[in-house]
Amino acid sequence: MSPSQNSDARRISLRAFAPHLLALPLWAVLGVFLAVPILMIVMVSFLDYDDAGLIYTFVLDNYRDQLGSAVLWRTYFHTIQFAVLVWALTLSIGFTVAYFLAFHVRTQLWQMVLFQLCAIPFLTSNIIRMISWIPTLGRNGLLNQALAASGVIDKPLEWLLFSDFAIVLAFVHLYTLFMVVPIFNTMMRIDRSLIEAARDAGAGFWDVLRNVIIPLSLPGIAIGTIFVVTLVMGDFVTVRMMGGGQSASVGLMMSNSIGLLQYPTAAAQAMVLLITVLLMVAAILRVVDIRKEL
Amino acid sequence: MIETAGVELIAVTKRYGATTAVHAIDLRIPAGSYCCLIGPSGCGKTSTLRMIAGHETVSGGDVLIGGRNVTDLPPAARGTAMMFQSYALFPHLTCLDNVAFSLRMRGVGKAERQAQARAMLERVHLEDFAARKPAQLSGGQQQRVALARALITNPSVLLLDEPLSALDPFLRGRMREELKRLQRELGITFVHVTHAQDEALALADLVVVMEGGRILQADAPRAVFGHPRTLFVARFMGGHNIVEGTAAGTTLTLADGTTLALPESAQGPVRLAIRIDRMALDRAAGPNRLPVTLTAIEYHGPFLRLSLQDGMGTAHSMLLSEAAFDAHPAQAGDQVVAGFAVADSHILSN
Repeated sequence: MSPSQNSDARRISLRAFAPHLLALPLWAVLGVFLAVPILMIVMVSFLDYDDAGLIYTFVLDNYRDQLGSAVLWRTYFHTIQFAVLVWALTLSIGFTVAYFLAFHVRTQLWQMVLFQLCAIPFLTSNIIRMISWIPTLGRNGLLNQALAASGVIDKPLEWLLFSDFAIVLAFVHLYTLFMVVPIFNTMMRIDRSLIEAARDAGAGFWDVLRNVIIPLSLPGIAIGTIFVVTLVMGDFVTVRMMGGGQSASVGLMMSNSIGLLQYPTAAAQAMVLLITVLLMVAAILRVVDIRKEL
Repeated sequence: MIETAGVELIAVTKRYGATTAVHAIDLRIPAGSYCCLIGPSGCGKTSTLRMIAGHETVSGGDVLIGGRNVTDLPPAARGTAMMFQSYALFPHLTCLDNVAFSLRMRGVGKAERQAQARAMLERVHLEDFAARKPAQLSGGQQQRVALARALITNPSVLLLDEPLSALDPFLRGRMREELKRLQRELGITFVHVTHAQDEALALADLVVVMEGGRILQADAPRAVFGHPRTLFVARFMGGHNIVEGTAAGTTLTLADGTTLALPESAQGPVRLAIRIDRMALDRAAGPNRLPVTLTAIEYHGPFLRLSLQDGMGTAHSMLLSEAAFDAHPAQAGDQVVAGFAVADSHILSN
C-alpha cells in the first residue's frame, strides 16, 4: 500500500468515527445517569445483607424470597389492578377532553387557552395537589358535610379518604393530562378532509369516531398509556398518602424495604418491577406503531 | 345503468360571518354533462362545490339535484360523491377497504362489499394494489383509488375538487383523459373545480367562470374561450388581445388615431377583444390593421409567439404557425402591422 493510500484510509476512518464523537456527550449522560445506576441496582440485588450492612457475596436469595412470597404476588395483582383501572379512566376522560379540544374548539386561540387551563394545575407539585383532596374527602370534609347537610347520608362516608377509591381518584386527577397531551397531538394531525370523506360516504358521528378518529389516534393513546401505566406501576407517594396505610403497591413495598435498610431486597424488587413494566411497554409497542409520533 | 341527475342552484349564497363568499348564484348543470367551475383562488368555486356536496351549509337559496331539493340533506343522502383535493384516503385502511368504506357504512356484508370494491378497482386498473395502504401508492394511483371510492356508491353526480392539481404534467394529461372517458362511460354528471384553463376547456361541456363569488359566464368551452363576455373572462381564459377606444357606429378610434372596423355598431368607450391566434403580420390579413412594434419572438416548435406593443404602449401577443411566420418574416424591433378579420374580434360588455 502506498503512503498516500494509507493516509486516505486513515482520513476515512476518522470521518467514519466523527459521528460517534459527536454523540459522545449523550452517551456520557446516559451512561452516568442511566446505565451506571441500573448496573449498581443489578449488582446490589445479588448481594447478601444483615443488620450491620451489605455482605459482598453473590446470592440469589433476594429474588428467591420475593418470587416465593404470596405477599408479593398479591401486591403486584393489586398494583396492576390500580394501573388498569386508572388507565381506563384516564383514557376515557383524556380522549374525551382531547376530542373536544381538537374537533370542537374552532379557534386556535381558544384551543390554546383551554389547553393551558388543563396544564396550569401541573405547575404545582404532585403532593400539594394530592393533599388538597384530604379536606375535600375527609371524614368531616367538604363532601361529607355537603352530603350530610343535604340529607343524602346520616353518617359520614368512610371510604372516601384513605381507601382504594381515594387512591384511584388521585391517580386519575394526577395523570389524566398525560393522556390528553399525546392524544390531542395525534388528533391535531388528522387531516380534516378524512372526516368529510367519511361523512360523504354516509358515516355518522359514531362511525367517524370508530373508523377514522380512534384508529388514527392510536399512537397518541399508546404514548399516553405508556406514561400512565409506568407512573402508576412505580408510584408509592400517592398510595401512601391517599391510602393512609390501608393499601399496598409495589412501589410502597420497595420504599418500606429501603426504610428497613434492606437495600438488596429493594434492589431485587426494583429489578422485577423494571422488567414487568418493560414487558408491558413492549406489549403496547407491539400493538401500536408509535414511530410516526416521535 | 347508473342514474344521472342534473344540478340546479337557485340564488345560492354562502356567507362566512360578515363576508359573502358566494353571491346568490343561479346555475343549471344538465344531467350527464361535464361541468367545470373555474376562477382564481377565492372566487367561490370551491364553496359552491362544497355546498352542492353538503359539506358546507347553504346560507341562502336552494340546491336541487335531479329536481329534488337537497339543501338541508346530509352529503350521503344527496346521491352525490366527492373526490377531495388531497384525495383524503384513509391512511390506516387498505385500498380495498378504502373503496369499500361507504358500502360498509351502508351495512353491506363483507364478502359483497369486497367483491364490489374489487370490481371498482379493476375499473381503474388497480386490482393488483388492493392490499396496499395509500402511502404505498404513487400520486396517480392514490387518485384512482379516490375515484373508485367515490364511484362505488353509484352517485348520480360526482364532485371533484381540483382533482388534478397535485399531479405532475404528464400524469395530469393521462388522468384528464381517464376522467373524461369515465364520465362518458358512466353518463353521470361531473362537477369539477379547477383553476387551470386548459383543464376546463379540454374536459367540460359547460365552463362556469367565477370571480368574486359571482358567475361571470357559463357557456360551452368554445363560447367561453372564443367569445368571452367580459374583460375579466377574456383576460382569465387568455387567448385575446384587448384594445380600448371610442366607438362611433361601426368605427373604433384608438387614442393614437388608428381606426378599426367593429363587428357591430356601438357608441362611446369600447373594449375590443381579438383572438391572438387569428392575427397575422400579413398586411392583407384583414381590413383591420393595428400598427405595432415587435418586441420579442419566441419559437415554441409548432408555433411562434410574438410579443407586440401598440401605439398606446399596451402589450399584445400573436400566435403564428411556423409557415405563416416564414411567409412574412420579421425581427424584434421591427415596426409591423397586426392584421385581423372583423369576424375574429368582438366587443366586451365591460
